Amino acid sequence: MALTPQEIARVANLARLELRPDETERVLTQLNGFFTLVDQMDAVNTDGVEPLAHPAAVLGDVALRLRDDIASEPNQREASQVSAPAVERGLFLVPRVIE
Amino acid sequence: MSANLHDLGVAQLAAKLAAKEISSVEVTQHFLSRIKAQDALGAFLATDNDVSLAQAKAADARIAAGERTPLLGVPLAHKDVFVTRDFPTTAGSKMLENYRSPFDATVVGRLAASGMVTLGKLNCDEFAMGSGNENSAYKPVQNPWDVTRIPGGSSGGSAAAIAAGLAPAATGTDTGGSIRQPASLTGITGIKPTYGRCSRYGMVAYASSLDQAGPMARSALDCALLLSAMAGPDLDRDSTSLDLPVTDYAAGLTTNASSAIPLKGLRIGLPKQFFGAGCAEDVIKAVRAALAEFEKLGATLVDVDLPLTELSIPVYYVIAPAEASSNLSRFDGVRYGHRAANYSGLTDMYKKSRSEGFGDEVTRRIMIGTYVLSHGYYDAYYLKAQKIRRLIAEDFQKAFTQCDIIAGPVSPTVAWKIGENSSDPVANYLADIYTLSSSLAGLPGMSVPAGLGAHGMPVGLQLIGNYFKEAQLLGTAHQFQLATDWHQRKPQGI
Amino acid sequence: MSQTQTIANPFAQMQVGRPTGPLVQGYEVIIGFETHTQLTTQSKIFSRASTSFGAEPNTNASAVDFALPGALPVMNKGAVQRAIEFGLAVGAHIAESSVFARKNYFYPDLPKGYQISQFEIPVVQGGSVEFFLDGEKKAVRLVRAHLEEDAGKSLHEDFVGMSGIDLNRAGTPLLEIVTEPDMRSSAEAVAYAKELHKIVTWIGICDGNMQEGSFRCDANVSVRKPGAPLGTRREIKNLNSFRFMQQAIDFEVRWQIEQIEDGKAIEQATVLFDPDTGETRAMRTKEDAADYRYFPDPDLPPLVIGRDWVEKTRSEMSELPRVMAARFVADYGLPEYDAGQLTQGKATAAYFEAVADASKQPKLASNWVMGELSKRLNAEEKSIESSTVDAAQLASLIMRIADGTISNNAAKQVFDALWTGEGQDVDAVIEAKGLKQMNDSGELEKIIDDVLAANAKNVEEVKAGNAKAMNALVGQAMKATKGKANPAQVNELLKKKLG
Repeated sequence: MALTPQEIARVANLARLELRPDETERVLTQLNGFFTLVDQMDAVNTDGVEPLAHPAAVLGDVALRLRDDIASEPNQREASQVSAPAVERGLFLVPRVIE
Repeated sequence: MSANLHDLGVAQLAAKLAAKEISSVEVTQHFLSRIKAQDALGAFLATDNDVSLAQAKAADARIAAGERTPLLGVPLAHKDVFVTRDFPTTAGSKMLENYRSPFDATVVGRLAASGMVTLGKLNCDEFAMGSGNENSAYKPVQNPWDVTRIPGGSSGGSAAAIAAGLAPAATGTDTGGSIRQPASLTGITGIKPTYGRCSRYGMVAYASSLDQAGPMARSALDCALLLSAMAGPDLDRDSTSLDLPVTDYAAGLTTNASSAIPLKGLRIGLPKQFFGAGCAEDVIKAVRAALAEFEKLGATLVDVDLPLTELSIPVYYVIAPAEASSNLSRFDGVRYGHRAANYSGLTDMYKKSRSEGFGDEVTRRIMIGTYVLSHGYYDAYYLKAQKIRRLIAEDFQKAFTQCDIIAGPVSPTVAWKIGENSSDPVANYLADIYTLSSSLAGLPGMSVPAGLGAHGMPVGLQLIGNYFKEAQLLGTAHQFQLATDWHQRKPQGI
Repeated sequence: MSQTQTIANPFAQMQVGRPTGPLVQGYEVIIGFETHTQLTTQSKIFSRASTSFGAEPNTNASAVDFALPGALPVMNKGAVQRAIEFGLAVGAHIAESSVFARKNYFYPDLPKGYQISQFEIPVVQGGSVEFFLDGEKKAVRLVRAHLEEDAGKSLHEDFVGMSGIDLNRAGTPLLEIVTEPDMRSSAEAVAYAKELHKIVTWIGICDGNMQEGSFRCDANVSVRKPGAPLGTRREIKNLNSFRFMQQAIDFEVRWQIEQIEDGKAIEQATVLFDPDTGETRAMRTKEDAADYRYFPDPDLPPLVIGRDWVEKTRSEMSELPRVMAARFVADYGLPEYDAGQLTQGKATAAYFEAVADASKQPKLASNWVMGELSKRLNAEEKSIESSTVDAAQLASLIMRIADGTISNNAAKQVFDALWTGEGQDVDAVIEAKGLKQMNDSGELEKIIDDVLAANAKNVEEVKAGNAKAMNALVGQAMKATKGKANPAQVNELLKKKLG
């Protein structure tokens, strides 16, 4: 399969990336090269095989650990906003969000 | 005496510190001055002498107070994907330039609690994506054995720093080989533990189902000391952290040393797929020689089959980018990180900030990951890859019915020239072939210095153990290192 | 996991054999609901930050909620517990294993760039919500209820051209409850929402505060000619009051019918209701909303819920409103309407039971609780917990009515005295006010004789067979006894004397 520039544009937009025309060209070539590699996967018969989402699941079922419902985090706003690009009155500022 | 402090390993430094032959401040001073002198190597992204020396003083105080813990006062440095309070954390990306974390990674906190002194933060491929450390947004790292060559990646700064004697030990992270491959290319020892052995809390996430922290040092003994302090359950912070006790990995290492055949009964499996045409002659030669040494030590070599080894490349490069594309969505210029100077509106701010903040390889992997997860492609790529991933893991379990440890090369070649492959990303991906499959399975793996190959560059032997068998891996490597001196070889002029 | 959402009950197929609802201009209205209920946990679903409402911006947020590099989610057991309780309350299946997935999209109030939710395998599957609408029993089937995290808030006020992001709400546990498109009118939709609200507040998994957004409803509305395939639906978002809910749906239905009548096609859209104009308007659609790139969250292994946990929860759960209502009908012989009203809230139900059991007069107890008592409570905007007349007092009052000591009118006076605090003891008040009914027949006979003497004319008419005249005589007798006589007794005596 080969990607089209339109698909690259769609994916870039989904990922909120902006590719210069020359980048689009390069990425297109590289991704197409990459997907010829990926298409080797078609050769493997995976009928009835469960996907392995968590490595430990090879040994048996893994279960999510649950913590008790206790609120113990202090206010850490100041330390957490040290690296924030734009903050006012404790709020992160962004270009207006329109609905 | 302090002239060759940097020739000493973690265990030896710890002994001198405990014996009060030297102080932590002296040792720390020594390494800090070497780091400064060797700045051209590009291994470090951040140091802060005041912070490091304050930690050293505190360690000396603990020693003076009579405390005797194995790592007390010994310095190390952290790969820059571990968040730290006292140093900036960039993950090698412009996106996180000057980022300050309000908390320490669990691994960082545990090593600090054990009394280790932090020398600084180590260069790496951007967001740990790369195998040559050429993807750092700040500077490439040079291989101390030949500064025109790459040190491997993504933990290239960690490997170079140890090989150059700028730190006796370092933390690294391994997603598809990022501890083992740079260790191999710089002639040091590194171990990637079983997935979940070390907490991922405070590691800037690349691929969550693969990322694993581990120690890098001169010897298996040093790695054992470090891993004992780093590893262990982190049940309150990491849902994928293993709830299994961690043994004192160093304790078991010296036993058997007296015996002539300490590895008697050990079955080492050799996957034919690891010794195929894809692997350079010089590498095969060094690996075979090392394996012959293991036979002398009593181990027996058996052939095993890992038929899907080649498939691990596409499988990994679908799964890891997919997870990465999602993990890196938080870098949107809203709460921290790079925000573009000029933009029109919210979406444009996202796009410009991210495009300016991410380098080529990261952009490429986000594109791949977004594509394979997007509507209509999920089943064909991501789901298919996760299924093959299970088959790969099951193949390992079959192999482990015939052997105790699997061995082979870490990298198909010795370190290549800086700039040689960077134009062709797929070629770089292929070079990861021997480390990807065990990463996908979540198995522990090591790189042990095994000899020198072409251009006098180091070659590492990979040892892969079954789940939770870190102690066995370290013990096996230790016996090899008692019998050989490859791990003590140093680059010219170090 | 497939990107095409495959759930237990495919949308259209489930409509086969459903009764047709009341038609609007010849169209059948079809409504499905998605309700986001904030769970009453202390801490957030994946972090230990507090969920309390109204704190200073970004002060109830941890590294996890800020999505700082290196932060990881750890699941809150309390949220799972509440999901199990809800599942049991609506008779649903609790999944032995369910999966958390990442829903990827960029939005400033979504710090990670993805929402952790459940996609293919939700924790609660199936179930139904039953209620009465105009005396008719309705059952709305649930598709699923899944756990997910709430987003933060974007504040647009007082920032020129900018928005301020507050992440205090980010990570608050939500149970999103999704119905089949089973509702056939705005009235039925509101009745469903009220019943669901009653259930979640009754079992205490949600505080139900709609102003604070603890209970947020989205309605999927479509219309079709009876028997025709399902029409295209539009989703009305954030219906946060029952009143607006009905207005919004009614407007939307009219709008859709007009479109179709004008030969225009309905396009799938998300709309908002504007209470000021009373109209719904299409939201500016989020880009790529269609492609969320769901995949299982690698940070979170599957949520496994053992049968023992479910059974333990079942055994510890308090009686549910509809079960209690059924019991009131069966044990107390109450009409279903009464039972439904009395089980609107736990406190009311408990109050009623106390009165009914103490007085052994369930119907009277029901009448008084729903009548005089609630009238007073409403007038003074008091909750039943703070009622000045307690269950024991009301019970003894009702017993005095039952044993004929006082008439209903007199009882109202006694209740008033108890309410105002003029008196505490029912019998004492009756005594003090002299409200006891006259049961001494001798004294009553004298009075009746006087009445008969004084009203010869009526007597004649009665004898002539005029029933009205009889009532007049009863009235006169009651008046003469200042209402203390027992009307039945008066009747009886008059009949005897007039033979």
